[in-house]
Amino acid sequence: MATREASATTRLSARTLFRSEAAQKLLAFGALIVIFIFFSVVSPFFLTRDNVIGILLATAVNGILALGVTFVIITAGIDLSVGTVMTLSAMTTAVAIAVWGLPIPLGILVGLLTGGVAGLVNGLVISRMKIPPFVATLGMMMMARGLALVIPAALFGSVKPVYFTDTPVFNQITMGSVIGSVIPALPVPNAVLILFGAALIASFILTKTILGRYAVAIGSNEEATRLSGVNVANWKTAIYALCGLFSGLAGVVIASRLNSAQPGLGAGYELDAIAAVVIGGTSLSGGEGTILGTLIGAFLMSTLTNGLRILGVPQEWQMVVTGAIVILAVYLDILRRRAR
Amino acid sequence: MKSKHLLVALSLLVVIAMLVGCAQQATPAPGGQQQGAKPYIPVISKGFQHQFWQAVKQGAEQAAKDYNVDITFEGPETEAQVDKQIEMLQAALAKNPAAICFAALDSKAAIPLLEQAKAKNIPVVGFDSGVDSDIPIATAATDNVAAAAYAADKMAELIGGSGKVAVLVHDQTSRTGIDRRDGFVNRIKEKYPNIEIVSVEYGGGDHLKSTEIAKAVIQANPDLKGYFGANEGSIIGVLNAVKELGMEGKLVVIGYDAGKQQKEAVRSGVEAGAITQNPIGIGYKCVEAAVKAIRGESVPKVIDTGFYWYDKTNMDDPKIAPLLYD
Repeated sequence: MATREASATTRLSARTLFRSEAAQKLLAFGALIVIFIFFSVVSPFFLTRDNVIGILLATAVNGILALGVTFVIITAGIDLSVGTVMTLSAMTTAVAIAVWGLPIPLGILVGLLTGGVAGLVNGLVISRMKIPPFVATLGMMMMARGLALVIPAALFGSVKPVYFTDTPVFNQITMGSVIGSVIPALPVPNAVLILFGAALIASFILTKTILGRYAVAIGSNEEATRLSGVNVANWKTAIYALCGLFSGLAGVVIASRLNSAQPGLGAGYELDAIAAVVIGGTSLSGGEGTILGTLIGAFLMSTLTNGLRILGVPQEWQMVVTGAIVILAVYLDILRRRAR
Repeated sequence: MKSKHLLVALSLLVVIAMLVGCAQQATPAPGGQQQGAKPYIPVISKGFQHQFWQAVKQGAEQAAKDYNVDITFEGPETEAQVDKQIEMLQAALAKNPAAICFAALDSKAAIPLLEQAKAKNIPVVGFDSGVDSDIPIATAATDNVAAAAYAADKMAELIGGSGKVAVLVHDQTSRTGIDRRDGFVNRIKEKYPNIEIVSVEYGGGDHLKSTEIAKAVIQANPDLKGYFGANEGSIIGVLNAVKELGMEGKLVVIGYDAGKQQKEAVRSGVEAGAITQNPIGIGYKCVEAAVKAIRGESVPKVIDTGFYWYDKTNMDDPKIAPLLYD
C-alpha cells in the first residue's frame, strides 16, 4: 500500500517519471543489445538470417501473452491463467476448424472469444466476488488446463492433439511470409507481424484510450480512482477480458504454428510472460509500464534462450542464467525506484 | 548516484554473459561446416531431467568419443512442450550440423523443420519414439509393443493366469505410452481370457499424481492381483501406493525402465521385476548411425536396441547391470 501511495505521489513530478521510464527502457534495450553483440561475437551461427528470424518467431507466443499480462500488472493485478487459457483457445479453434469444419476466420474468432470469455470470468470473479487476482486466475489456470484436456477426451474418447490436416492454409497464417513474398531474401514468418500488430494495438489501447488510462490510475491508487467516480469494478473486468483476448490470440498463433492444438501444453507459460513484462520495466506494484518495454523483455528472453542454445550451454545452466537475468532485471527496477 | 547503480547492474549482466562464455570454452565450439573441426551432431531428446534421458545422453556421449564427433544433448522440461522442442530443433539447424538425432514429441509439428534439414542434406536419425515420417534415415528404438507384451506374459505367470490387474501409463498421446499400453493390454486380451484389466489410467509420469491414481485404484479393487507401471514415473507411483497402503507382497508389481527407487524395490521383492530398455544403447546407436550417414555408409532403417526382463535374481548380471541406471 505504501509503495502504491509513494508511486502516486512521485507521479506528480512528471519530469522524474519521464526520466526514470526512459532510463528503464534504455536499460532493457541496452541489455538486449549487449546480449546480442556478445552472442554474435562468441558464435558464428548466432547472427545469421535464419537464426534471427528463428528468435523473432520464438518470441511471438510469449510476446503476445506478455502484452495482455502487461495491462493486468499495470493495475497491480496478476494473471496466472494466460498459459492454459492459450491452450484452451488453441483447442477450441482446432475443434471449430478441424472438427466442425467452420471457415478459418470463424475458427479464429472462436479462439479469440474463448480467451476473452475466460478473461471476462477472471475479471468478474476478481471485481464482483472480491477474490484476489492471484487466487482467481490460479483457479482459472487449473480450469482451463482441465477443459483443454476434457474437450478432446469428450470428442475422441482420448486426450490427443487435434491436427489441422485438412486446412493447410491455417498453418500459413503464422508460418507463411507476407514479407517474404515481397522481399524473398527476408522470409519473416507472419507470426512476427502478428506480434508487432498486436503490440501496436496494445500500445494504442494503453496510451490513447480511456481503458489504458484507467488501468494506470487503478494501479497507482485504486481507492482514489474509485473515489473520483470511476467504476473500478467494470474497468478491471474489462482489463482482464482484454488480457484474455490476447491469450486467445496467442492460442490461435500457437495452434497455427504447430499446425495442431496440443492439449498438454501451456503450464508455466504464464511465468515466462510475467518475466517478460517485469524485465520490460512494468512494476509489479502497478501504476506504470509500457508495451515497448514488454516487447523488449520478451525479445530479451528468447534471445537469451536461443543464444545459450546456440552456444551449446548445458540446459541446466541455461535455466540458471535465465533465472539470474530475471532477478537482475527486477533488481534494476528496485534500484530505479530507490533512486527516485 | 542512480546511474552508478545502473552501471553496476549492467556490468553484472556482462559478467554473467562472460561467465557463460568461459564455461563454454571448456567444450569446443560446435561447427559442422568449419574446416578441420569435428563433425557436430545435436541430439534433441524428449526430456533431460529424467534418469532415462541421462542414460541416453551417456550412451550418446560415449559414441561421440568413440567416433570423434561433437554432440550437444537437450530436451524440453516436460513432454508436453512441443513448441519448446521445435525451437531447440530450429536452433540446432541454425548451427549447420553434420547430422541431427531427434526424438519427436509430436512428429507432425516437427515435419517442416525436418524437411528443411532434408533440403540442406543434413541426415536425420530418429531415436526412442523416433519421428513418424520418411525423413529419418534410421531410428534407434526399443520395440515397446514386444517388450510390454513380454511384461504381460510375466504378469500372467506370476499371478497364476487369472484375476484382476491394473495398468498405469505415463500418457495416452506419446508413441511409447500407446505402444506399451497396447502391447500389454492386447497380449492379456488375446492370450489370457481369465485375466481382467480393471483400470488403465494415465499419470503423466508424475510421481505424485501416479501415486494418487494407484492408491485410488487399489482401494477400489480389493481383489486386485497385479499392477503394471509403463514407465519409471508410473511405477514409482504404484510402489508408493503399495507402501502407503501397507500392501507390500500382496500385489504383483511389474515395472518398466530402472531408477534407484525401482531397483531397490525389485531387490527387496516388493516389485516382482521390470522390463528394461537399453537407454545407453539407444543413445550410442543413434549417434553411431548419424556418423555412418555422414560418412556415406549404409544404415539399417530400424535399429532395434533390445529389451531385457530383470528381477532380483539377475539384476546384478554383468549383461543387465550396466543398463539399470540409478
